[in-house]
Amino acid sequence: MANLGESILQVDNLVKHFPITRGILFKKKVGAVKAVDGVSFELHKGETLGIVGESGCGKSTLAKLLMRLEHPTAGRATLHGKDIFKMSGSELRRLRRNVQMVMQDPYTSLNPRMTVGDIIGEPFEIHPEVAPRGDRERKVQELLELVGLSPEHINRYPHQFSGGQRQRIGIARALALKPEVIVCDEPVSALDVSIQAQVVNLLESLQNELQLSYIFIAHDLSVVRHISDRVGVMYLGKIVEIGTEDEIYNRPTHPYTQALLSAVPVPDPMAREHREIIRLEGDVPSPADPPSGCRFRTRCWKAQEKCALEEPLLIRRAVEPHPSACHFAELRHVVA
Amino acid sequence: MTDIHVETERVQGHHLLEVKDLFVEFHTRDGVARVINGVSYHLDPGETLAVLGESGSGKSVTAQAIMGILDMPPAKIPKGQILYNGEDLLKMPEDKRRDIRGQQISMIFQDALSALNPVFSVGWQISETLRTRMGMSKADAMKRAVELMDQVKIPAAKARLKDYPHQFSGGMRQRVMIAMSLAMDPKVLIADEPTTALDVTVQAQIMDLLADLRRDLNMGMILITHDLGVVADVADRIAVMYAGRIIEHADVRALYKQPAHPYTKGLLESIPRLDDKGTVLKTIKGLPPNLMRLPTGCKYHPRCPYTQPICVSDEPRSLNLGNGRTSACHFAKEMLSGELG
Ligand SMILES: Nc1ncnc2c1ncn2[C@@H]1O[C@H](COP(=O)(O)OP(=O)(O)OP(=O)(O)O)[C@@H](O)[C@H]1O
Ligand SMILES: Nc1ncnc2c1ncn2[C@@H]1O[C@H](COP(=O)(O)OP(=O)(O)OP(=O)(O)O)[C@@H](O)[C@H]1O
Ligand SMILES: [Mg+2]
Ligand SMILES: [Mg+2]
Repeated sequence: MANLGESILQVDNLVKHFPITRGILFKKKVGAVKAVDGVSFELHKGETLGIVGESGCGKSTLAKLLMRLEHPTAGRATLHGKDIFKMSGSELRRLRRNVQMVMQDPYTSLNPRMTVGDIIGEPFEIHPEVAPRGDRERKVQELLELVGLSPEHINRYPHQFSGGQRQRIGIARALALKPEVIVCDEPVSALDVSIQAQVVNLLESLQNELQLSYIFIAHDLSVVRHISDRVGVMYLGKIVEIGTEDEIYNRPTHPYTQALLSAVPVPDPMAREHREIIRLEGDVPSPADPPSGCRFRTRCWKAQEKCALEEPLLIRRAVEPHPSACHFAELRHVVA
Repeated sequence: MTDIHVETERVQGHHLLEVKDLFVEFHTRDGVARVINGVSYHLDPGETLAVLGESGSGKSVTAQAIMGILDMPPAKIPKGQILYNGEDLLKMPEDKRRDIRGQQISMIFQDALSALNPVFSVGWQISETLRTRMGMSKADAMKRAVELMDQVKIPAAKARLKDYPHQFSGGMRQRVMIAMSLAMDPKVLIADEPTTALDVTVQAQIMDLLADLRRDLNMGMILITHDLGVVADVADRIAVMYAGRIIEHADVRALYKQPAHPYTKGLLESIPRLDDKGTVLKTIKGLPPNLMRLPTGCKYHPRCPYTQPICVSDEPRSLNLGNGRTSACHFAKEMLSGELG
């Protein structure tokens, strides 16, 4: 996207630590899992911000914070200038309508005792102003069709659907209230590529039509590239690099981003032997006990003494105008 | 080790695992859903068969039939065989099948969270199999559980033994599932979307681990996945499913080079590219088939760009194209030669 719309969501130094307790009767706090540890970014109207990163780096926790499903340890997030963690009453109701989420787990996030029609129609019960009662069944059927499910399945239960079908039920539900922001946590990971393409096209056309903003969390870097205007790369609770889709994919400067891009499997069996994958050495550190200085240094081939002593900030580096949290930020082309 | 674990040499003429003309249907309130309609595939030791296909086409249900974990009813298997070293699992006495299932065939489930028990710690769940099936002591089983968790790259595994599934991220839960399925050194591993929640670097490590096991234990793997990049990387052969049938089967290189079925072609064309942002993604038009009311003739004909009258009237049989390659399309030869498409 050439020019960014107005900034609607600001996330400022958001932190979420989960206490680690031991003992059965008297729980004693012995440490904390630093799931999200100082994350800041902005989301603009009509924009898609992709979030990628190591499994366990805090992406879902970040999403849950923005949905107010978790309470932050520190930091702020404001929607249209209002702190979402301080909202109550009608403001909170509006937040619950305007910010929707597609959950990572299509199995456990759907109530097994409700029919698909009830699941998708439930938001209308809570926000009756969106669709008058008589209109609901038709709306639910429209939504089913929109995500490529047969409207005749309205009376089925979640367990009667396959993994990918359940994922689309979650998407239909998130779209029901025509929200302003949708946080998508792995929304297409269980779909075959054709249906995935349909859902991605659908999300994009809805975005154009309704000026929706998306936070799009996914491990599939090709899909993220396709849908995102900007991309943030996370590692152990922090954003290590952020920029436009073009900057991250064509001009990455952080070693973790480079390693990640190099490891994307190529859909061509002839390429098997010729790919140059940057293999990361060592184990993923525990978020309860992250390394000093740069958190990536224990697996980085460029690490030096400075990296252990000084935490690199997410700032513009000499080589490139987009922010990168590496003392030795350097351009390297990894996407063929 | 218990005494049932006999080294299973491949008997002449038998595959390690063979699904033969399998049918599965679900009897629901609104009617009968014919979900699997004559599926056949086989697996030999040390190889990887990728099962691709449309969401809802029956990949997981076939796997569940192999594992014997379909709820019957509502499911019914009106026809078919599932041969393990030549013996039909569907006809075996329940206790014998349970032993094979527990020790020699194991499965990584698509839904990691619901396959884990929320009220038991992760360490307990991994070690439980080792204790009950292999008769390990509690301490040994826990030690092995930590090893397995390390193997699948769960950070600080030992410190997390006592944690519960909800305290793990999506990808960690998936790795716990993988660790559990590897606990018994299986001969056949059915991996149903094993890496959807993993980032590509961890995914590469897990795939390397599975490749090592295939080599070291001569394990055969059925890899069910939508990730055509992973398939290109690790598979030997591919079976493509649509509406409960195998519509194409081929060697991995041959299939990517020139698909012999229009559905496969549509699938390959829908892959987003890493090296190009692209504009609108290509898709296969139309809705997936309704399994309660399947179309006449070729089940793909309402969505196929090449449909001819014969496709509406006659169901194509699986056509043998040589080199183990088959396609269930009336125009398979034309697809293959590039005359069509
Ligand atoms: N309720 C909880 N209690 C304790 N720790 C938690 C809890 N929820 C998450 N964590 C921990 O926080 C870290 C981040 O988890 P999160 O689910 O946000 O990761 P993620 O980036 O979404 O990973 P994935 O890509 O695997 O889904 C992990 O180490 C996880 O174990
Ligand atoms: N209990 C059930 N009752 C009725 N239909 C069912 C039941 N379980 C599964 N099905 C149907 O069987 C079909 C095949 O499901 P299956 O889970 O095998 O699909 P899949 O190929 O694994 O798809 P995905 O890639 O989305 O996981 C689906 O259309 C599903 O709706
Ligand atoms: Mg997650
Ligand atoms: Mg499945």
